[in-house]
Amino acid sequence: MPARSVSKHMTEGEIGLGLSLLVGAFLCALASARAVDAPFSIHMGLFALAGFAGLAALVKRYEGRPAAVPQEIAGKPHYNLGPVKFAVVAAMVWGIAGFLVGCIIAFQLWAPSLNLGIEYASFGRLRPLHTSAVIFAFGGNVLIGTSLYVVQRTCRARLAGDLAPWFVVLGYNLFIVIAGTGYLMGVTQSKEYAEPEWYADLWLTIVWVVYLLVFLATLWKRKEPHIFVANWFYLAFIVTIAMLHSVNNLAVPVSWLGSKSYPVFAGVQDALIQWWYGHNAVGFFLTAGFLAIMYYFVPKRAERPIYSYRLSIIHFWALVFMYIWAGPHHLHYTALPDWAQTLGMTFSIMLWMPSWGGMINGLMTLSGAWDKLRTDPVLRFMVVSLAFYGMATFEGPMMSIKAVNALSHYTDWTIGHVHSGALGWVAYISFGALYCLVPWLWNRREVYSLKLVEWHFWISTLGIVLYITSMWVAGIMQGLMWRAYNALGFLEYSFVETVEAMQPYYLVRALGGVLFLIGALIMAYNLAMTVAGRTAEREALSGSVGLAPAE
Amino acid sequence: MIAMTYENAAAFAQTSGLLYFAGIFVGVCVYAFWPRNRARFEAAAHLPLTED
Amino acid sequence: MATAQPGLWKRHEIFEKNSIILLIGALIVVSIGGLVEIAPLFYLKSTVETVEGVRPYTPLELAGRNIYIREGCYLCHSQMVRPMRDEIERYGHFSLAAESMYDHPFQWGSKRTGPDLARVGGKYSDQWHREHLIEPRAVVPASIMPAYAFLDRPLDTEAIAEDLKANRAVGVPYSDEMIAQAQADLTAQRDPDGPGAAGLQRRYPGATIRDFGGGRTRATEIDALIAYLQVLGTMVDFKIYEDKKNLR
Repeated sequence: MPARSVSKHMTEGEIGLGLSLLVGAFLCALASARAVDAPFSIHMGLFALAGFAGLAALVKRYEGRPAAVPQEIAGKPHYNLGPVKFAVVAAMVWGIAGFLVGCIIAFQLWAPSLNLGIEYASFGRLRPLHTSAVIFAFGGNVLIGTSLYVVQRTCRARLAGDLAPWFVVLGYNLFIVIAGTGYLMGVTQSKEYAEPEWYADLWLTIVWVVYLLVFLATLWKRKEPHIFVANWFYLAFIVTIAMLHSVNNLAVPVSWLGSKSYPVFAGVQDALIQWWYGHNAVGFFLTAGFLAIMYYFVPKRAERPIYSYRLSIIHFWALVFMYIWAGPHHLHYTALPDWAQTLGMTFSIMLWMPSWGGMINGLMTLSGAWDKLRTDPVLRFMVVSLAFYGMATFEGPMMSIKAVNALSHYTDWTIGHVHSGALGWVAYISFGALYCLVPWLWNRREVYSLKLVEWHFWISTLGIVLYITSMWVAGIMQGLMWRAYNALGFLEYSFVETVEAMQPYYLVRALGGVLFLIGALIMAYNLAMTVAGRTAEREALSGSVGLAPAE
Repeated sequence: MIAMTYENAAAFAQTSGLLYFAGIFVGVCVYAFWPRNRARFEAAAHLPLTED
Repeated sequence: MATAQPGLWKRHEIFEKNSIILLIGALIVVSIGGLVEIAPLFYLKSTVETVEGVRPYTPLELAGRNIYIREGCYLCHSQMVRPMRDEIERYGHFSLAAESMYDHPFQWGSKRTGPDLARVGGKYSDQWHREHLIEPRAVVPASIMPAYAFLDRPLDTEAIAEDLKANRAVGVPYSDEMIAQAQADLTAQRDPDGPGAAGLQRRYPGATIRDFGGGRTRATEIDALIAYLQVLGTMVDFKIYEDKKNLR
């Protein structure tokens, strides 16, 4: 079929974005030259560089592109997979970086000399780097990548926008670079999981609005009558994060040419808004977003429809309803008024039900196909992630009960709880999704080696077990030691004695983290080989994976 | 006019909150279990499996 | 064909609306939760007690607080004593909301890898803090805190008045005089015999005026940080504070 001849010219989008990048880059370069502090100068310089690089990429892309990009080829949607591929690779790279920094700070708690006495390597600056790298850089890229993939496939339509999806993916990763380098230089708002300063927050807001528009516009283009339930979860995640981000980060900059700002809220109000944000970052970023992944990738990999579509609707609304109230459980027994604490506790306990609704729905999808768990390590990653999700969402409500919280709060039990959710649920469902997605994106039949997936699974599972058990013991011991009294009615332990008692557990935790990191390195190698189009020799010879289901 | 004391505010919030949540929950359940919606949900559930 | 077209469009329109309905529905649902929980905190008088003694930070304390934030101290140290027997015995009177009413942002923290610092002010000498910050294990052998010897460098004081202005913009009652005198006050707080000490004491009643163990040379980041640590939890006089009045 001869291509219809269309004269090639710059689209309005290309001209508009090109001009914005040019003007933006010049303004940033100017701001960099006139900045009142060094980090701001460096960051504006980075923004300027990114702007010019974006401009160059835009021109290069124009030279190489056809006159018009078809929406469909031979009656099939012409899916836009470039931005998805970028996000997948970025997720893997940031994931390893984030796990590595996590291991470093874990060892620092065991051997403080590893702080090296220099500011850029001290625990206080690396810790936000770790949390942001794993949550926003790794998790965020997984969410953006999978959402842009799933929304196309389940709508049977090419992503809306031509440059917009690229702007979202590249812009988001630029935000990550600004945030991460900022932490190293001590640029932080000190709001946990919302540390980036005002200018990074503004940039993320722009990127996020474009993300929402791309997602919505793709839904509007859809050829399917239904909006698949995964897209509900993605949409709730995008919208709620937009709301939380813009409220929690309201701040007044000291100077428009400096990095420092002061949040508009203070004290008790600031605390509640921060944890309203913080808990819903867990609820909508780390739960709703990854449940969306579960609702697409588990049925896809298990090759059977979701167990109960009705349950997914009910638990979607219940989850969205209840999560938003649960924030105050981070502030039990503080100067937050009692009524707010009680409200937070009540909803946190009720959350148990919709959470388990999701877990049951995912697990039961496998009913009648349980044998696949033995032969398919990718599916096993996803099923175990659901088990961890169920465990973490049972532990969470329990820890939100005030009497339990009195013991667990401020201790390493919280750290263990977070990691059973983060490593067990978020990372495992992401690993499962990436192992599915990479062969699909690069047109390979299967990953390079399922044996390596097996190795990854067992090594990282051992790592998680070491991590969370050591933190349980450490946390409960810490809590009990803090409140222990001797026979004379005095406090039994000084604080530093409780610190000393943590040492063996901190080492075990760090080793668990190393195992998890090794697993991720195996995965990166496996995926790189998959992209390169290789197949592991032995597996290619035998034609299938070693184990066959027992009859 | 009821005085805006802590107790009155709490009583109002508790009753209206109960109605609000019960109402929403019933609404969602009715929607999910409405017989006419059954076929639509069936079709939607198969979406990821039937794609090209 | 001609008749099918509008029908198809109409149907499509409803589908288009569905995603918006979904979006708006989710947004309403999530904002109600936030509003009901957060809004009353700003209106109910009982949220923040009326307490005497809580004042805005002096310029030196504010500079120290910014270093506390920059170095991520809040990641291992809470500033929130809970009303439990062991915590009150270990740290002192439980924290009041009023004590952080000028804290933009709050520093309550979420983890105690190290001890709570809400009432650390006045507990240790300036010299103890200095040695502890420079090499924690020289003072507390089992400590796992990073060494902060690098903070022994000149404090950047140039823009401190701008910091006060930004704080005023978000509601901290810094007066014009305080802003005008900010830079002078920052120096004056380390010089009890200097000409600025009386003015500083008048503007910030109860402020500690001494060299914080750093001598009379130019202020360092450690000086500022110690000034901040030494004011923590000391503003309210609990000898005259009545708990019963503020039960809520």
